[in-house]
Amino acid sequence: MSKEQALKSFRWSLPLAIFVILVAFLWVGLSRDPREVPSPLIGKPAPAFQLAKLHAPKETLATADLKGTVWLLNVWASWCVSCRVEHPLLVELAKANIVPVYGLDYKDNPDDGRAWLAQHGDPYTASIVDRDGRVGIDYGVYGVPETFLIDKAGIVRYKQIGPLTPEALKQKILPMVRELQK
Amino acid sequence: MIPELGHFALILALLVAIVQGALPLAGAAYGEPRLMALSKPAARAQFLLVVTAFACLAASFVANDFSVQNVATNSNSELPLHYRLAATWGSHEGSLLLWTLMLAGWTFAVTLFSRNLPSVLLARVIAVMGWVSVGFLLFLLFTSNPFDRLLPPAPEGRDLNPLLQDPGMVIHPPMLYMGYVGFSVAFAFAIAALLGGRLDATWARWSRPWTTVAWAFLTIGIALGSGWAYYTLGWGGWWFWDPVENASFMPWLTGTALIHSLAVTEKRGAFKSWTVLLAILAFSLSLLGTFLVRSGVLTSVHAFATDPARGVFILVFLVLVVGGSLLLFAWRAGKVGLGGIFGVVSRESTLLANNILLIVAMASVLLGTLYPLFLDALNLGKISVGPPYFDAVFYPLLAPAAFLMGIGPMARWRNASLPDLWTRLKWALGIAVAAAVILPFILGRWSPLIAAGLFLALWIVVSSVVNLRARLAASHRLGLVAKLGANSASYYGMLLAHLGVAVFIVGVTLVKGYESEQDVPLDVGQTTEVGGYAFKFLGVVPGRGPNYRALTGTVEVRKDGRLLETLTPEKRIYNASGQTMTIAAIDIGLLGDRYVSLGEPLVADAINGAWGVRIYLKPFIDWIWMGAFLMALGGFIAVCDRRYRLAIRRRTAPSAAAGAGASAD
Repeated sequence: MSKEQALKSFRWSLPLAIFVILVAFLWVGLSRDPREVPSPLIGKPAPAFQLAKLHAPKETLATADLKGTVWLLNVWASWCVSCRVEHPLLVELAKANIVPVYGLDYKDNPDDGRAWLAQHGDPYTASIVDRDGRVGIDYGVYGVPETFLIDKAGIVRYKQIGPLTPEALKQKILPMVRELQK
Repeated sequence: MIPELGHFALILALLVAIVQGALPLAGAAYGEPRLMALSKPAARAQFLLVVTAFACLAASFVANDFSVQNVATNSNSELPLHYRLAATWGSHEGSLLLWTLMLAGWTFAVTLFSRNLPSVLLARVIAVMGWVSVGFLLFLLFTSNPFDRLLPPAPEGRDLNPLLQDPGMVIHPPMLYMGYVGFSVAFAFAIAALLGGRLDATWARWSRPWTTVAWAFLTIGIALGSGWAYYTLGWGGWWFWDPVENASFMPWLTGTALIHSLAVTEKRGAFKSWTVLLAILAFSLSLLGTFLVRSGVLTSVHAFATDPARGVFILVFLVLVVGGSLLLFAWRAGKVGLGGIFGVVSRESTLLANNILLIVAMASVLLGTLYPLFLDALNLGKISVGPPYFDAVFYPLLAPAAFLMGIGPMARWRNASLPDLWTRLKWALGIAVAAAVILPFILGRWSPLIAAGLFLALWIVVSSVVNLRARLAASHRLGLVAKLGANSASYYGMLLAHLGVAVFIVGVTLVKGYESEQDVPLDVGQTTEVGGYAFKFLGVVPGRGPNYRALTGTVEVRKDGRLLETLTPEKRIYNASGQTMTIAAIDIGLLGDRYVSLGEPLVADAINGAWGVRIYLKPFIDWIWMGAFLMALGGFIAVCDRRYRLAIRRRTAPSAAAGAGASAD
């Protein structure tokens, strides 16, 4: 085969080659559930942050302030469509007053965030603004929404990727919360 | 009994589809006319069987047969009849059955409108579609049987997802699937051409109307989906770059490239292998979309029915169909030749540039959609790709494509001269620039993005007018009507579709540039002002729907004291599922919408107390969907062209000789 011919047959095979690579990724993707990626953070201290509050931009909230309480950190954003799926559940959880939920408004415009909460209800004890997503990176935020359960000593105990489901809440998170609150 | 009949019909359909796939293909390979002649009756029988199965499932939904698992999970005896019918395709199993029905329907249509096709080509086209159908029927029967019984039967159904209980959702999936599956015809034509080694202008003329119709349906389907998101998600957005939206948008971008590239192949015999590749890509992306939605590899609000076993099946199917056709492409594409030669400045080159821009745009959407998956598979970390990425990548790619739309139709085939184009288009350019600079001042606020968007829209409109005038002036007929009649339907279809793009751009630009919103707590009787309109909140009243309880708010919209409209946004709680839905109330206007939706009650006494009310002014937003419908209408008009209906005689098309190979017609 001459060089020119080889080049030509390579050209016609290029789409096939790209497709093969794509399939390899899809195959690996299939064996992983995007909602249940084990987080390397579990069992480790929650990364520290000190961020401005969404509704009181002059005040800040830091992880140190929450030592001694069991709390949930829910990562959300006004641009996140899946967040609307779990939101009613969070509102319900907030009404039940079992565990404080703090919201991390992730890579979001604070105005949009506040508007979104006014529209859908604000279940959060407080929301903090992570405008450039730095804290999100520390927490390994993979897909919004995500929810972290953090214990009195500031250790991450559980992580939910994707929308909270009633099952996950009732069967996993709330029993753990009760256990940790003892 | 009825579900079993449906199940049995599906099994028979599978057997017929295997015959339809295998025998005509063998007949075409060995030149056996009796085997090839099987293709039509087999395709028609398969269509009948799939229709029967679909009717059986619909009947089970209508009759509230909760002993059928699918009905018990997706319907409810309180659900109104039209939504029970729509629930037939509301579930994973049902939507796959709808997909199969559409495929059988398209194949049936091919058997009806194929009198002019050479029998070898027809046999191959129908056989390829038969194999695709085999894949889907196997998928249905082995992983997603819609007729599975539930023992003991459920006393009551779990109800259709409230998000889907909406008139828009009744017709959105069928339209979208008409488009998705319609690309299977172009795909089958492409594979048949690769198998036969014959790819010429006549081939392009045959596949063109099919592709255009599929594209038009897909356009409507996407527009309906976007309109549905606008009024049911309650926050006034119309496109979210959600993986499932992207999955429908990628075939659309590729399909748009394909209809343009087919035009070149028909008129000039050029771009042959590129056209074939696009036809394969458009359908492959439809399949990939199905994979992404149904396998759960990506998180999305739409992916409500996911199961890894199904994912494996679709992936294997994807490998066979797409991998197989790309392998065939790699092997045969070199033989069909490249076709005509053209200059650097010519209509071909503008269309090629437009094709490349569209495909790069498609690839960037694909990359953005799959990026989290890639990184995860490589253990490289965690990332989410949001609208900022898509906005940053997308506008710079589509703006030049829109600009080329003004030049392409004016450029001559083969070789155009820049000075000539300049002479013919300089006034159009001048008018578009001047109007784009001035208009934003009149509309209220000047910004470079608004001016740029308006420029593109005006440029498309003015250059289309110049084009039409030149066409009419060149006609030798007397009288305007006769002159208008001298041009083909496909020409007017093209103009209309381009006009649709302009209307769409106006909508996107102005709504992004001038929308305003307010989110306010309102007591009963309190008024707030947004953009010159006064909105008075009159409180909420409890009410009842067939299968939900509702709180209906009343908001009066006034301008200068005059009552324009009384809007009634709702909050619904569905009885069976307990899910809440926000139904926005929209006062639709040609120059903009006034959009009101209820937030949350601010005090415990929801009936008499204050509510969070969200108010939007969305200038020109309906132009987005009007533009999409104009594009689709342009597509439908284009296929009415006489030349597609004329008996296709063998003409000395520019490249007929180059590609005429083994096939005999």
